[in-house]
Amino acid sequence: MNLDNTAGLDLKNVNIHYGDFHAVHELSMDFQSREVTALIGPSGCGKSTLLRSLNRMNDLIPSAKTTGEIVFHGKNVYDTDVDPVQVRRWIGMVFQKPNPFPKSIFENVAWGARINGYKGDMEELVVTSIQRVALWDEVKDKLQKPALALSGGQQQRLCIARTIAVQPQIILMDEPTSALDPISTAKIEDLLDELKKSYTIIIVTHNMQQAGRVSDKSAFMLTGVLEEFGTTNEIFFNPKNPKTEAYISGRFG
Amino acid sequence: MSDFHPNEKGRKRTAGLWNVVFLAATLVGVLSLVTLVTSLIDSCFGYVVLQDAYAYSEVSVAPDKALASLTKDELVQTLRTTAEADLTDLTTGRLRLLEMDRPLEVRTEDDLRNLVITEVLKSEIKKSWSLMESLSQAPAITEFQKSRYPDGHLAFRSWLSPEFLTKAQSGGKAESNGLRGAIIGSLWIILIAIVIAFPIGLGSAIYLEEYASDNWLNRLIQTNIYNLAGVPSIIYGMLGLAIFVRLMGPITSGAIFGVQDVNGRTVFSAGLTLGILILPIIIINAQEALKAIPNSLRYSSYGVGATKWQTIWHHVIPASMDRILTGTVFAVSRAIGETAPLVVIGASAFLTLDPSGLFSKFTTLPIQIFTWSQMASPEFRHVAAAAIVVLLVLLLGLNAVAIYFRTGIQKAKDAL
Amino acid sequence: MTPEVKVSENVAALLKKPLRPGEDFIQVLLVACALVSVLTTVGIILALLGDALRFFATPGFSWWDFLTGTYWEPGSGHFGILALITGTLMTSLVAMVVAVPVGMAIGIYLSEYASARVSRVLKPVLEILAGIPSIVYGYFAINFVTPSLQAMMGDLVKPLNALSAGIVMGILILPLIASMAEDALGAVPKSLKQAGFAMGATKLEVALHITLPAATSGIVAAIILGLSRAIGETMIVALAAGSFPRVSFNPLGSVDTMTGYIVRTSGGDIPQTSIEYMGIFAIGLTLFLITLGLNMMSRRIIEHFREVYE
Repeated sequence: MNLDNTAGLDLKNVNIHYGDFHAVHELSMDFQSREVTALIGPSGCGKSTLLRSLNRMNDLIPSAKTTGEIVFHGKNVYDTDVDPVQVRRWIGMVFQKPNPFPKSIFENVAWGARINGYKGDMEELVVTSIQRVALWDEVKDKLQKPALALSGGQQQRLCIARTIAVQPQIILMDEPTSALDPISTAKIEDLLDELKKSYTIIIVTHNMQQAGRVSDKSAFMLTGVLEEFGTTNEIFFNPKNPKTEAYISGRFG
Repeated sequence: MSDFHPNEKGRKRTAGLWNVVFLAATLVGVLSLVTLVTSLIDSCFGYVVLQDAYAYSEVSVAPDKALASLTKDELVQTLRTTAEADLTDLTTGRLRLLEMDRPLEVRTEDDLRNLVITEVLKSEIKKSWSLMESLSQAPAITEFQKSRYPDGHLAFRSWLSPEFLTKAQSGGKAESNGLRGAIIGSLWIILIAIVIAFPIGLGSAIYLEEYASDNWLNRLIQTNIYNLAGVPSIIYGMLGLAIFVRLMGPITSGAIFGVQDVNGRTVFSAGLTLGILILPIIIINAQEALKAIPNSLRYSSYGVGATKWQTIWHHVIPASMDRILTGTVFAVSRAIGETAPLVVIGASAFLTLDPSGLFSKFTTLPIQIFTWSQMASPEFRHVAAAAIVVLLVLLLGLNAVAIYFRTGIQKAKDAL
Repeated sequence: MTPEVKVSENVAALLKKPLRPGEDFIQVLLVACALVSVLTTVGIILALLGDALRFFATPGFSWWDFLTGTYWEPGSGHFGILALITGTLMTSLVAMVVAVPVGMAIGIYLSEYASARVSRVLKPVLEILAGIPSIVYGYFAINFVTPSLQAMMGDLVKPLNALSAGIVMGILILPLIASMAEDALGAVPKSLKQAGFAMGATKLEVALHITLPAATSGIVAAIILGLSRAIGETMIVALAAGSFPRVSFNPLGSVDTMTGYIVRTSGGDIPQTSIEYMGIFAIGLTLFLITLGLNMMSRRIIEHFREVYE
């Protein structure tokens, strides 16, 4: 087994149901290591549902049922002997609305690492993590102040910092900038270029221009079905599927 | 157009009438409260006629000196000699009881003087008046005293006094009663109730809100809790009587721990009963507090690979603790005022020794109020009113602290 | 530059569920806590049934007498619980006559009319009234209300009577009804009210003809809950209502209620094997069933008849 520093995810015949509702149909695709892959598509197409299944966050919703294989380092994360808590430690998540803990800025970053047994220099880890999300200059002299006092864009960058402090291999992002202003959005998009050097990033976005700006590959979904998957250039400028073409050119969505 | 017959005047008149109705209703509410408070204050102060059963000159060790100018030693001596010589109703036994409560040498001069008045001279209150009566009928009252009780004297008495709080109970006369035993009893019992109800209540709420899946068993548990919250408190008293006092008698009376007590009507049983009584309220309140925490907090914790309990312990509970605590304070203030269940369990109406531990007999503030309110002698109305004022001040203080705490936290959260 | 992440060779082991005995233990503990509440109910039922059954099995007891007899004196063979039930009903009815109109009027006023300034005074007043222990109300009943009634109506009013107790109980309950009514009215969507205003209706007309009917389920539930509270109330009736365990319909005279009787009888020192003692539990059982039924009815009404607007 060749273990890179980061890894990808191989999906085979993934089906996701919410009770009777079939949200994702027979989906197979591969997420490559150290790339940014965007999941795009209109509202309700199942992209967020799919994303949440990758780190077993869907387990928290009682009516959700996932079948198929989502393979990480050769192991299906849905096997019965796999611990969802551990899955989330290796596959991190940044949410749509920034949700820092009601604690200090320092604690926000340190807490996740601590409960996962980090025994190294905590201060160094916190500082490095905050620096890597380009937040350091803005918070360096108020690490003990409450995180909730930061602006929306700063909070979201802090959430990214806390995610990478745990040192995952894959980072999932569920429309991370949709609640932010354009300047904060731009700052975070710039981050992605740096972050993909160390992590595999899968980002859900309903903003096509954003997908075009940040991603290497794109996957277009429509009503739970993967319609087309390829490099971002192909998807945007030379789509093979007419539905993709219709979405890209704005005829619906 | 002409099919409409607007009745503007009529409608305005109806509106006016209803405004009167609303105003009247509001007044009923406000007036009730005002009347209640004023009648209580009214009973707490007033003139009294005091008459001594025994003449001072016959019992004092220094009959030439006035009572007010006796020294501490002289007071102590008076007490001792009258008891030993059996000059008055003060027996050596009673004196010993008083010494056990607090040795004479340690007592203050005022305290000793009081003892001489109540125990030796048997100064009795023959008649009392309320505050309003005292203020408005002063001359008539003076006349009354001079004609009916020429040997006595008139004094203005505050039934509500610091002394009232620190004196022990002593049955008999209204004026010789104090609240000390009741206050200590109330505090002990509330403490036990909180120690039982808070952890179990919080645990139940966490289970129901964070762990329980939606099946028939958990729904039954939830419905059961709502039902328990509506059960009349006297039923809890009967539960306490049958289970804690009788069935668990050996435990609650302390018999298995070697305590020499006869029955299970103890502070322990009372605390258990009140704890079970406020348990549903604490659960429901804690559930509301937990429900109010948005799921995004939980998700963000799971997202970094935390377990369920880590999420609850480090994030959910701290975020909801302020609301849980204020709700608990309200539950406690409800428990402090409970009377019926404790009467059913068997509170002691007359308690000479303060409750000193888990297995003591008990009385509480509301029970004293109940007992005194039932006494025939009109003077007991005054001590009952004074006790009520103490109770209400205690409750008001408790609730004020909780509300102050809650608004403080709210302001801090809003500032972020 | 990029942090080294140490990943073990065996990924399966990496993702395996570690033993977390702490988590499991805590979960067991929490379930145990929740079961305490179940135990409480079991305890109540056992406590009541135990002696109540023994009471029903006493020689001389007849169900006919229990359900139709007109006075309660188990010592001499009279088991008519009606005597106590009528007492309870009388005081409770008086309480509702006071609490419902006043409570609802205050509720409507607070919800539809009151300015913030008035609310800031009125709401704390209501909360204080609700928070005063019932024993204090009992004192108020015998020391203020009864003498006042006697001043107004003379000798007709006995020192212990149902009217005083009922009036004071009404004051105790009216904050409950006022706040539940206010909540029910507040839950009515603004769009309904605005539709009324847009047609030229006055504030009163909107409040009484639109908002109030729209909140019916909540208000009915509030009234039933208030009744249940009145029935279960003890200290006020114990002090003020009297001890006359015979069926009577005179509110100005003494009556006996279920709760008052229980308190009086158990407060004394009666032997556990006596029939009076066992009788208490039979009464307690009846009381428990009545209040349980009312409470469940109240919740049913809210759940099933809650008007659905959106």
